[in-house]
Amino acid sequence: MSTAVLEEKRSEPAGRPPVLNDFSIHVATANGSGSMSSNSILMRAIFQMGIPVSGKNLFPSNIQGLPTWFTIRASKDGFIARRRDIGVLICMNPETAHEDVRTVAPGAAVIYEESLKLDTLRHDVVFYPVPFQKLVLELVSDGKLRRLAINMIYVGVAAWLLGVDMAEVEAAVSKQFKSKAAAVDINMKAIRGGLEWAEKNLTKRDPFRLERMNGTAGKIIIEGNAATAIGCMMAGVQLLAWYPITPSSSLAESLIDYASKHRLDPVTGKPTLAVVQAEDELAALGMVLGGGWAGARSMTTTSGPGISLMSEFTGLGYYAEVPAVIVDVQRVGPSTGLPTRTMQGDITSTYYLSHGDAKHILLIPGSVEECYAMAIDAFDLAERFQTPVFLMTDLDLGMNNWMADPFPYPDKPLDRGKVLRTKEELEAHVAKFREFARYRDVDGDGIPWRTLPGFIDSPAATYFTRGSGHNERAQYTERPEDYKNNMDRLARKFETARKYVPGPVVSKTAGARVGIIAYGSSDFAVEEARVILGRKGLQSGYLRLRALPFTPDAAAFVAAHERVYVVDQNRDGQMYDLLRLELGADATKLRSIRHYDGFPLDAETVIEGIEAGEKN
Amino acid sequence: MSSVAEPKVPPSNRVGLTVKEYGGIKSTLCVGCGHDVITRQITQALYEMSVRPYKVAKFSGIGCSSKTTAYFADRGHGFNAVHGRMPAIATGAMMVNPDLLAIGVSGDGDTASIGAGQFVHLLRRNVPMVYVVENNGVYGLTKGQFSATADAGSRLKTGAVNDLPAMDLCALAIELGCGYVARSFSGDMKQLVALLKGAMAHRGTALLDVISPCVTFNNHDSSTKSYKWAKDHEIPIHEIGFIPYYEEIAVEYDPGTTQDVALHDGSHIRLRKLREDYDATDKAKALSLCLEAHEKTEFLTGLIYVEPAKKDFLELSGVSGQPIVSVPDARLRPPKKALDEIMEALK
Repeated sequence: MSTAVLEEKRSEPAGRPPVLNDFSIHVATANGSGSMSSNSILMRAIFQMGIPVSGKNLFPSNIQGLPTWFTIRASKDGFIARRRDIGVLICMNPETAHEDVRTVAPGAAVIYEESLKLDTLRHDVVFYPVPFQKLVLELVSDGKLRRLAINMIYVGVAAWLLGVDMAEVEAAVSKQFKSKAAAVDINMKAIRGGLEWAEKNLTKRDPFRLERMNGTAGKIIIEGNAATAIGCMMAGVQLLAWYPITPSSSLAESLIDYASKHRLDPVTGKPTLAVVQAEDELAALGMVLGGGWAGARSMTTTSGPGISLMSEFTGLGYYAEVPAVIVDVQRVGPSTGLPTRTMQGDITSTYYLSHGDAKHILLIPGSVEECYAMAIDAFDLAERFQTPVFLMTDLDLGMNNWMADPFPYPDKPLDRGKVLRTKEELEAHVAKFREFARYRDVDGDGIPWRTLPGFIDSPAATYFTRGSGHNERAQYTERPEDYKNNMDRLARKFETARKYVPGPVVSKTAGARVGIIAYGSSDFAVEEARVILGRKGLQSGYLRLRALPFTPDAAAFVAAHERVYVVDQNRDGQMYDLLRLELGADATKLRSIRHYDGFPLDAETVIEGIEAGEKN
Repeated sequence: MSSVAEPKVPPSNRVGLTVKEYGGIKSTLCVGCGHDVITRQITQALYEMSVRPYKVAKFSGIGCSSKTTAYFADRGHGFNAVHGRMPAIATGAMMVNPDLLAIGVSGDGDTASIGAGQFVHLLRRNVPMVYVVENNGVYGLTKGQFSATADAGSRLKTGAVNDLPAMDLCALAIELGCGYVARSFSGDMKQLVALLKGAMAHRGTALLDVISPCVTFNNHDSSTKSYKWAKDHEIPIHEIGFIPYYEEIAVEYDPGTTQDVALHDGSHIRLRKLREDYDATDKAKALSLCLEAHEKTEFLTGLIYVEPAKKDFLELSGVSGQPIVSVPDARLRPPKKALDEIMEALK
């Protein structure tokens, strides 16, 4: 086919302006059919064309057979939140095909397996029937590979339809299969087969087009869990104890994988990260506390149900003052709920996790860059404050693909906190403060000094670790004044933490009467919503929380606005509640926007929430 | 005028410490508690083994037994964890600092009920530590409820009868691959101290299930965990001698009547057989010994099973040979080149 004919066949139908680099591609397949590779290749090829892109995997709690969807959003403006309307649908799963077709936006393009006969379902979309089953028989001789290769054919069809550069597709295939020649060949053959078939047999009748631009130069694509894992590795984590749970398992596995290459002692060649796959989450956190007590940077990674199980040990860690890092990749709970869907579900339960007067430092990254950076902060804060620190990501951030700037090398050394490591340090401490008393606040910041087991050969260095029933010298006591003294010091320590946790990111807009407070993965949708609202004439200020406890910035932000919308990805408005407790009189200014259907937040939800509120 | 006696210098061990210097705070347990006797034997064993006390890490859960780690070796660090979860704390600490000598003390409630899960996995992993169960068949600190090691048919002081079978912690440990499994009685001090010394020299988890009567709640006539019952029924399967690595083995022995077990650190355990031809390195025999003892209601004590060559959890995990906790910060953070490489691959 000549280029001229090809161009003619691809030209847009009269009356419909082209939609360039600004639409979502939604791929419906069955779980376990190997479509993840095809989707990654398609997304990466678009990314390599310089078009900002994000990839979201919507998957069931299942290994094989149940429906799964992957959405690639191309956005020339760099918006990478979920987009509600779907421009291009690729229907590969007979089970969901009818429902999938019903949900796309009017004018959408629908690529589907010809035998499904979907073209009678709607008249306001453009159908492209493709004989995938027939094509795969022709293109792939090995029967076992056909089930996987069929997904590569749609990559080829989509590449033709949308104008994806085949050189970039080939580069993406090569990256995906790590240049294994045989795999690259088989998959490229299937992709080219799809493209050639589309060239010969389809006429383009939809407006969706991809064109090379310069929006991704120097960027990386990464899942939040991998970003967190890299951060933990760079933080020098020495013990990982974990129990498998979706959506956090890939974080542990990614860390183990990176550490096996990059965490061998440069002097002895031995691993500097110990890993234990624990018997449950209780044991996982117990091991982390054991490691932290012994002086090692120790972490676990989990999700909501695991957080529940860690409640008791978290309290012990708080009262006994043992550093620990706990990554919570939040999801909908419980395990027979929607374990593979996203939620900001554990904010209040984690902030107050455990018994007695416990409260904790929570770090809340809003991007993959922050997953990386805050993982490092988490270890520094845990050791500085000798307490469990929680890094609160979520499934959307953790398991989906995000475009980001490459992560910078840490510019500060590790902060190991107040530890007396040597006899000399102990002697200097004793000379200054008369004795080493494990739980005495000698510096006035609520943070005591500690020693580590087995380091200093001196009776003056040792102490006995237990819960809250101890005096300043770590001796058992039930005296009311000792207990109260200790609890007051812990409260003082928590106040000190307010000055150390990452402050919010505040974006002030002159004259804006409306403010938005959001956190975590909501950031992408909120930023997009602000731009769209701004075009409609509604200016807004924005404060993105990055940690608990709150810093004074939140109260100042609320004071500066007439109404402030707090965006939560949960039913009960968990952060909204915490803010109301914090704010006093200004709490009446707060409004709550709550998104809780298991899907990642989209800009439309935020816009609708604010517009509805502003009408009243 | 009577002459003033020379102040008697207490004997000291190879690291120049007296037995007193292995002591802890005063016990708050009931007078006559079996646990206090065990505490004394642990103190004695640490002294005799010339352990540097600052290298001792004591671990415990919750219950009367778990309080006792404060009663010895206060020149070492201790960690009183939550109920039944001491194994996890010990596992974490030992994974990063195997130079510590870990001594865990637990009870039958702490180990066999709430902590059964962690106990089982500790054994399965072979975490290097001494794990002493002070077994009295009841929950003491909550005033005398049955535990999971109480024998079927035994009675509480209130007259309540236990209908459920007892868990045999030694049989469980053997089944799970524990390489040092012993049963003893707090009243048999000589045997206990020898078993403790062997346990301290062993590499991997060493389990000591020690019957330790509760004088307040389970020392009556219808109890099978009372002092009287244990004294009347104890049958040692062998006499145990411990020869530390630094002592030459001078005495010849007859392999027909004595079994010699070389431990990882070069120490030896000498078992003079009292029961016909018992081989403590035979796993199947050890298991059937436990089962037979149950059937005959015998209280057999001694080193039931020993497998000194077993790899511990650190070796199995590939992290032995260098305590990770001692690696300097500069060697924990990969260089910029490594991060750049990772970022390049994601472009």
